[in-house]
Amino acid sequence: MEQAYKTGTENDYWVRSCAWSAPGCHPVGCGIKLHVVDGKLVEVEGDEQHPITQGRLCVRCLTLPEYVNHPDRIVHPMKRAREDRGKDAWHRITWDEAIDEIVERTEELQAKYGRETVVVFGGTGREETLYGPAFASAVFRTPYHVYAMSGQACYGPRNMTAASIYGTIGYPEIDIAAWSPKRYDDPGFTLPELVVCWGKDPLPSNPDGFFGHSVIDMMKRGAQCIMVDPRVTWLGSRCEMVLQVRPGTDGALAMAVCNVIIDEELYDKDLVAQWVYGFEDFAERMRTMPPERAAEICGLAVEDIYAFARRYAAAKPASIAWGLAFDQQFTGTQAGMCVMAMIFMCGNMDVPGGNTCGAGHRGFLGKWRVDTQQCLPPGQFAERIGKEEYPLFNHRMFSSSPDAWVEHLEADDPVKFRMAFFASSSPLTPSCSNDPERLYRIFKERFEFVVAKDLFMNPTIMALADIFLPASTFAEHNGLVQPYYGGNMQYMGAINKAVTVGEAKSDVEIMIALGKRLNPEAHPWNTAEEFFEDHVYSQLGQHFADIQNDVCVQLPYHYRKYQEGKMRGDGYPGWNSPTAMVEFRSSYLEDFGEDPLPYFKECPYAPVEDAPLHDERYPLSLTTGMRKYTSFHSEHRMIQSLREIDPWPWVEINPQTAEEYGVVDGGWVTIENMFGACNMQAHVQANIKPGVVVASHGWWFPEQDADEPNLYGNWKANVNKLLPYRLCSPLGFGSIHDNMCCTIRPATSLEDGIEPPVLGKGLAPYPHMPLVRDATNIHDPGTLVKAAGHYPPGVGDVGGAAVRGGVEDEGACRPEVAGCPAGGEAAAAREGE
Amino acid sequence: MAKTALMFNYEYCSGCKSCEIACRNHLRLGLGQWGMKVAEVKPFEVGDGNKMEWIYQPVPTKLCDGCEDRVAAGQKPACEHHCLAFCIEHGPIEDMAARAAELGGRVSVFLP
Repeated sequence: MEQAYKTGTENDYWVRSCAWSAPGCHPVGCGIKLHVVDGKLVEVEGDEQHPITQGRLCVRCLTLPEYVNHPDRIVHPMKRAREDRGKDAWHRITWDEAIDEIVERTEELQAKYGRETVVVFGGTGREETLYGPAFASAVFRTPYHVYAMSGQACYGPRNMTAASIYGTIGYPEIDIAAWSPKRYDDPGFTLPELVVCWGKDPLPSNPDGFFGHSVIDMMKRGAQCIMVDPRVTWLGSRCEMVLQVRPGTDGALAMAVCNVIIDEELYDKDLVAQWVYGFEDFAERMRTMPPERAAEICGLAVEDIYAFARRYAAAKPASIAWGLAFDQQFTGTQAGMCVMAMIFMCGNMDVPGGNTCGAGHRGFLGKWRVDTQQCLPPGQFAERIGKEEYPLFNHRMFSSSPDAWVEHLEADDPVKFRMAFFASSSPLTPSCSNDPERLYRIFKERFEFVVAKDLFMNPTIMALADIFLPASTFAEHNGLVQPYYGGNMQYMGAINKAVTVGEAKSDVEIMIALGKRLNPEAHPWNTAEEFFEDHVYSQLGQHFADIQNDVCVQLPYHYRKYQEGKMRGDGYPGWNSPTAMVEFRSSYLEDFGEDPLPYFKECPYAPVEDAPLHDERYPLSLTTGMRKYTSFHSEHRMIQSLREIDPWPWVEINPQTAEEYGVVDGGWVTIENMFGACNMQAHVQANIKPGVVVASHGWWFPEQDADEPNLYGNWKANVNKLLPYRLCSPLGFGSIHDNMCCTIRPATSLEDGIEPPVLGKGLAPYPHMPLVRDATNIHDPGTLVKAAGHYPPGVGDVGGAAVRGGVEDEGACRPEVAGCPAGGEAAAAREGE
Repeated sequence: MAKTALMFNYEYCSGCKSCEIACRNHLRLGLGQWGMKVAEVKPFEVGDGNKMEWIYQPVPTKLCDGCEDRVAAGQKPACEHHCLAFCIEHGPIEDMAARAAELGGRVSVFLP
């Protein structure tokens, strides 16, 4: 077939494609043209024919040739002797040798320890997130795919939150008329009067498939913006109002806003009467959070809360972009429930210019991802680790609860995990993980055989792997990109291969190569193209080659689906919830033992007196995970053009706070709490809320010494050392990357006072767990949080009994009294000096 | 032929620096050299509450060639083409002045 997406001559041609990964990004599928001369990618240009991005590209795609052709990129399989782990002692092998060795070791270890001895680690956002769980079930026939960040705190929790209110629903996002070739000029679209960006900075992050600068497109046409964020971001400086909440208190704000909307009767009464279940119970719960109380909790002016509630309720239409903050704070899922309710009761769900949601369009791999669970013995998937601790998490997610899984790995019970496959994930770097020093100790102890699939060497691979499989960039393979991973998708793009680099293979190609050997019945395809044609044609009714030639395909969108029987599979009007209504009181959560109504709680370690594990040594709020244009989490650190723009790990601090702690703009700063410490360079900026420390993530230094213990400087700016596991919600979702505590002090350098973790001391039970278990249950005598099965009461909680009794004696709650810090010997040694 | 002027609707420049890299790609410049560089007025409070002024302003340097070859071929300059906020426009200086007047404020026109 003619390749309409390709123009030019055999040795000099352009390929039109849609970007995804690698290098990492979310599935926005930005339109890109790739220029290849004599087999080498020489330049890129934004594709002006792409209906969403219209020629625009960010710096990560504009530096793609530098990434693809980078001299440090690994483009052949590599191997290293097990005793050389931690040393740069790799040698090249062939693909056949690599596959043979993986097959042989997999069979050997699985014969000895059971098939579930293999764990596959996935990261965030990259193409691999689509294939990872099926890769585990179908290739290795293990139910263990693990996304190592506490509570899988990225996107999954928000999907669960939306599902708990509406039933299964494609991720609700703001309407940008992505479905229409005429975009904002389509008569079926209405420009929103107001766009709320809540805990979300869409411009640098392009979250989950949302092209962030669409907000600017709409502002130019007259849309107004309100932002909820501890920072006044650049977008915030263009907003009519910014609510600078204290990190982790969005739930209190959301409850108060709902309270005002209900109390002042600003909601759509007909809509609520017809479609909402549990409204009275919800209203009653919201009344427990008067705006005056929320103002105190959030650190806001009470007038701003009233003004925000009234403005949102009056704006028609209005949309809310809800962000990662809802996944990464202690009661973020409950905050999200309030936002979902706000959207519906004000008449903004599934209307033009409001929030859209998916029904008809599903990810083309959805069926296959479920079907591959049949490669496991009956019941094994449902019974995987985490079922006891976090049943709802395991019920909803393809992955195993990371918080429970880490503890079972540490205890080596009941599964003996001996083989790891790092599939585009680097949990030792401060990206999608918590407490990387703990992971490092456990991983070093447990894994007998480790395979990694990536494009560059990184700290996790250098520390642990035996085999390196070279993955390809999106310029080097064929594929499909679906925004929001297929949920609420209004267009999709073809990833069209332009060039071959070394022997790099795509995720799908590697899956087929291994699957053909380890589980041939489940892998009938000979090429990635056959795989895509099979799934695309069976699920979408289109030929893959046609989508490739169209490059980007927009899909029709229907508003108010629930009123017309287009939301539910059975064709009846209503939602996919148990009552077919919008459940302001969630029967789904109730079934899993959770409070069916939203509530607010402080993170146990929050720097306020109400927090049960509050420690006055750490009086500042620590929030992390904010993005810049120049990197995708721990990626891009070796791209010089991008490092030139953002050369060092940065921490943003208000001038008042900086002065109080003796920190100067541009100087190095140590950020520390009871779990660990790291160093970053201070950016003293007036747009940060006083008392808040905004720390960057994803930093390691490819230019530094690779060997252990340095591991490319992995421990120096590693903010995840300050963030333990198990501070997720009682349901197992979410984490505290947005609302931990810390203190800061000036440092002299990136290295100042930071020691690498000490190995070889065995794995001690983790002392902070009993504290968290008790602190989390303090206001719920019904013990919503299940006890950590492998840490019976008394283990590691010296003094912890005082916590279980209540919160009267705050001193007893403090980690130093109770045997913390868990941050390790390094922290203790520093205190002793 | 008259020089190409560049107009920046800096109210909407989000500081993404796509123009810096797109320009460097076009001019084939190495590290440390720019045909376009984004200058910043860092955030400071104006008036009450949390209202902030914060400006990013792309500045064409003497290496900027107005993307003569691209413009002659009917394309936009590399910076304008890739600008995530679509806040750059090009044309004769008179047209850009008129366009700036039409937009009414927070606009700059450069004649590199």
